[in-house]
Amino acid sequence: MKAFLLQSMNRMRAFIHREPLDQQFDEEAAAHLDMATEENIRNGMAPTEARRQALVRFGGVQQAREQHRATRGLPFLDVLLQDLRYTLRTLRRDRGFAIVAVLILALGIGANVAVFSVVNTILLRPLPFHDPQQLMWIQGPPHEGGLSGVTYSADAFEAYQRRNHSMQGVTAYFAFYGTSDYKLTGRGEPQPVSGVPVVGNFFQVLGVQPYLGRLWTPDELVAKGRPAVLLSYYFWRREFRGDRSIIGQTIDLNNIPTLVTGVMPRSFDFGSVFAPGASMDIYVPAIPDEIRTWGNTLLLVGRVKPGVPMGQAAAEARMLFPDFYYNNKHPEYGKGYSAWTQPLKEHVSGNLRRSLIVLWCAVGMILLIVCVNLSNLLLARTAARDREFAMRSALGAGRGRLVRQLLTESFVLSAAGAVLGLAFAYGVVAWLAHQGSLALPLLNELRVDPKALGWTVLIAVIAAVLFGLAPGLRFSRVDLQGALKDGGHGSTTGRQHDRMRGALVITEVALACVLLVGAGLLLRSFLKVLDINLGFQPEHAAALKVDYDDGGNAAKRGAILKQMLDKVKAIPGIEAAGITDMLPLDRNRDWNLGAKGVTYSAKDQPGALVQIVTPGYLDAMGMRLKEGRDFSWADGPTNQRVVILDEAAAKRLWPGQDPIGRIAVIGEGEPRVIGIVADVRDTGVEDSDGPEAYLPPTQENPVGAELVVRTTQPPDVLAKSVMATLRALNPGQTATEFRSLDALVDHAVSPRRFFVVLVGAFAGLGLLLACLGIYGVISYSVTRQTQEIGIRMALGSSRARVQLGVIARTMRLAVVGIAAGVAASFFVAQLIASLLFGTKPFDPLTFAAMTALLLLVALLAGYLPALRASRIDPMVALRTN
Amino acid sequence: MGDAKLDLLQGTLDLMVLQTLAAMGPLHGYGIARRIEQVSGEEVLLNQGTIYASLVRLVQRGWIAAEWGTSENNRRARFYSITRDGRRQLAEDTRYWQRLSEVMSRMLALETEGGKR
Repeated sequence: MKAFLLQSMNRMRAFIHREPLDQQFDEEAAAHLDMATEENIRNGMAPTEARRQALVRFGGVQQAREQHRATRGLPFLDVLLQDLRYTLRTLRRDRGFAIVAVLILALGIGANVAVFSVVNTILLRPLPFHDPQQLMWIQGPPHEGGLSGVTYSADAFEAYQRRNHSMQGVTAYFAFYGTSDYKLTGRGEPQPVSGVPVVGNFFQVLGVQPYLGRLWTPDELVAKGRPAVLLSYYFWRREFRGDRSIIGQTIDLNNIPTLVTGVMPRSFDFGSVFAPGASMDIYVPAIPDEIRTWGNTLLLVGRVKPGVPMGQAAAEARMLFPDFYYNNKHPEYGKGYSAWTQPLKEHVSGNLRRSLIVLWCAVGMILLIVCVNLSNLLLARTAARDREFAMRSALGAGRGRLVRQLLTESFVLSAAGAVLGLAFAYGVVAWLAHQGSLALPLLNELRVDPKALGWTVLIAVIAAVLFGLAPGLRFSRVDLQGALKDGGHGSTTGRQHDRMRGALVITEVALACVLLVGAGLLLRSFLKVLDINLGFQPEHAAALKVDYDDGGNAAKRGAILKQMLDKVKAIPGIEAAGITDMLPLDRNRDWNLGAKGVTYSAKDQPGALVQIVTPGYLDAMGMRLKEGRDFSWADGPTNQRVVILDEAAAKRLWPGQDPIGRIAVIGEGEPRVIGIVADVRDTGVEDSDGPEAYLPPTQENPVGAELVVRTTQPPDVLAKSVMATLRALNPGQTATEFRSLDALVDHAVSPRRFFVVLVGAFAGLGLLLACLGIYGVISYSVTRQTQEIGIRMALGSSRARVQLGVIARTMRLAVVGIAAGVAASFFVAQLIASLLFGTKPFDPLTFAAMTALLLLVALLAGYLPALRASRIDPMVALRTN
Repeated sequence: MGDAKLDLLQGTLDLMVLQTLAAMGPLHGYGIARRIEQVSGEEVLLNQGTIYASLVRLVQRGWIAAEWGTSENNRRARFYSITRDGRRQLAEDTRYWQRLSEVMSRMLALETEGGKR
C-alpha cells in the first residue's frame, strides 16, 4: 500500500517534470552504451562493431525511452495531451468547420442551460422560505367570480386559526391591494408606493427574518395602534439609498406618520411568489379589527405541523370552513365557506408546470438536432480524412487510438461549445431576471446556479458522445486498404456513408418538423388570445392613479370628479376621460347581485364583479353600450339609484327579458338598471366573461380612483399637461405615470407570449439547423459525384435534368423526414393540447403551413447545390479526376 | 525448448534486479544488466534498455535508491542500491517464487508421466 501510494505520487511528479527525467534517462543510456562499447572493445571488437553490438544489445534507445516514460509517468494523460494537441492543430487548420461547430453547439447548449435555469427556479428549487414544503395555500374554490369569491373574512380567518389542530401557524394577506395604493409624502414630490397589508404573523409563518430592524410589535398590530411599515429591500435601496438610519424614523404614508420598523431581505419578494409581475415596495400590518366588516378580503397561508401530512391538514380545513360565519356579529348574513388547498409551491408554479416541461422538451430537441447536425458535419469531415486515418493506421496507430482521437475531437468541440453556451446562458438569464413586467413567479430568484453548471457539463458530455459516436462507429468499419487505394471515390463504403448521412438528415428534418408544428400551434393560440374581444379598446388609452379628498361626502365627490374630468377633457389631444376605482385585468371585487323579488339559495346566489365608474368612463374605455344610457352627473346621492350591467349579468338575472328599468339588488342598494354593456374580460384575458355591474361614485363609495383617458396622441406626450391639471386641482397628487391599457393587456398575456417566443425561437433554430443539414449532405454528394455528373453531361444530359436530379434527391430526404415528423407531431400535439387556446391539436392549417414551410426551406437548401451541379463543366470535371 | 532465449514473465525482471542489488551492492544500470545476463548464463532474452523501466519503477516504489556516482573507469553513472523496504519486498517475492516454481514443477511432472508428449 505504502509502495503504491509512493509510486502514484512519484508518477504524478514524473508527469509534470518530464524534461529533467528524459534528460536523466538520456544520460544513463549514453553511459550505458559507452560502457558496453568499451567492454566490447576490451573483448577484441573493432570500435564500430563494438558500438553496433552495444546498440543491438540495448534494443532501441527510442523504445526504451518510451517504455521509461510510460512506466514512470501517466501514459493515459500523456496520450490525452497528445490527442488534445493534435486536435487543436487540426481544428486550427479547419477553422471554418471549428467555428461553425462551436457556434452551433453553443446555441444548443446555451439554450438548454438557460431553459434549465428557468425550470430549476420555477419548478425544481424549493420556495425561498424556511421549510417551504410545510406551507399550504388556502383559498375559496376558484370560480368565475373575482377575488371576493376566493377570499375569507377576518372572522373566518380567526376562527380557522383558533380551531385547527394541524397547523403550526396560519397567516394571511389582504388580497385587494393594488399598484401604487400608497402615497409617500414629505420627501419632495409625492411618490406613489405599492404595498400589501399582511397579517401580523405573516413573516414568522413564512420563516423570513428582516434584513434590518424588527418585525411588528403587538401595539402596532391593533386597531388605532402605532402605524408601522416594513420596507422591501429594493425600495429601501432606491428610495432611501440604503440608509440604515431610516429604521426607527417615521415616513408619511397617505399623510399618516408611519414608523419604519425594518427592511426585508433582498431574497424576500412578495410579488415574485404571490403576484408574479408585480413588485411590492412596502408591507403594512393588516389589522383584523379594521377589516372585519369589509367582507371577504384575506388569502390564507398555513404552516403544517411537523409530522402532519398535508393531506390531513387539507381534510381538516375542508371540514372546518363550512362552519364559519361570514360575520360573527351578523350570523344572519349566513355561514359556510369552503376551503381549496394546495401546497404553496403548487399554487405558485403548478399551472406553469406543463408549459415549462414543453419548453424543456423543445430545447432538448434542439440539442438533439444540434448533435445530429454535428454528427453530419463530422462524418463529412472524417470521410475527407479517410486517407489520413488509413495512413496513420498503416504507420502503426491502433484502431482504438484513432477512435479515441475522434472522440477527443468531439469532446474538445463540445467543451468549447459549453463554455460559449454558458456565457450565452448567463446573458439570457440575467436579462430574464430583470423582466419585472413578465408575469412569471420567482423570476427574481433566477440565476445560473451550481445545479445548472452540473447540467451544462452533463449535456456537454452527452452531446459529445452522441455526435462523436457516428464518425467513430463508421471509422471502425472502414476498410483501410480500400481507403488507401481508391481514396473513397464511388466505393461501397461511400454509398453506405451517404445512407447514414441521409438517415441523420431525415432525423433532423423530423425533429424540426415536430418543433415547428408545436410552435405553430402555440403561436396560433397566442394570436387567438390577442384576438379576443376584450370588451374594451386598449389602444390609445391609458390610466393614471388620481387622488382627491372628498371627506367621505358623495355629493362633494361628484363635484370634485366632475370638475377634474371637465378640466382633463379640455386638454387638447384628450378624446374622452372617465374614472373607475378598479381597472379590468388589474384588480377586482365581487358582490352579490340579484333581481329584486327573487330569493336565491346560498348555492346559486349570483355574484358580479363591481366597478364604481363616473359618467364618460364607458366611452374612455371604448366599451360598447348595447342598450339604455350611460351614467350622468344627475344620478346624485339623493336620486334614484342606478346600475349598468353587462350582458352576462342581465342574462343571469332576467333570462330572455328586457332588463332595462328593472330593479337589481346589489351590495346594500336596490338600483334601477339603466344600461347594458357588452361583456368585458375583467379577471383575465383567457377567462370566460362573468357577470359585471357598474355603479356611479355618487351613489357608492369607490376604493381609489383610476383616471382613464382616450387620446389622439401617445399618452406619454400628454402626461405632463394632465399632471399639471391634476396638480392644480390637488397639490397632493402623486407623481404617477400613465399606464397604457395595452401594457395592462400585455402583462396579462406575458406568460403565454414568453413561451411562444421561446418555443418559436427554438423552432426557428431547428429549421435553420435542418436546412444546414440538408445543404451539407446534398452539397457533399454533389462534390463527390462531380465526375459522374460530368460524364452524364458529356453524354448529353441537360443542365435542367442534372438540377432536377439533385433537387429530387433533396425532396426525397425532406419528404421522408416530414412524414416521420408529422406522425410524431400528432402525438406531441395531443400532449400540449391543454396549452392551446381556441386551437385544435390537429389544426389542419398549422400542420399544412408548417409542412409547406419545411418543404420550401428544404427546396432552398437543395437548390444551391443543384445550381452548382448544373454549372459543372464536363471537360474540367473529367480532366481533374 | 531449443536455442530460443527465455521471454521474461511480467515482474520477474524486477525481482532479478532486486536480487542482484541485494547480492552485489550498489551498481549502475549497465552493471545490473550484465550481471543478470551472466547469472542467467545468457539464457534470458533481455533488451538491456528495458532494465531502465524496471529501475525507475522500483525507485518510484521506494524499494531501491539511486544517486549519481563515478564508475570504475571514471565515468559519471547512476548507482542503484536496495533499500530496507526493498529487502523486505525481495524476501516476500522470493518466497512467492519458490512456492510457485515448486507447484509448477509438480504440475509439469504430472503431465510428463501421463505420457502425452
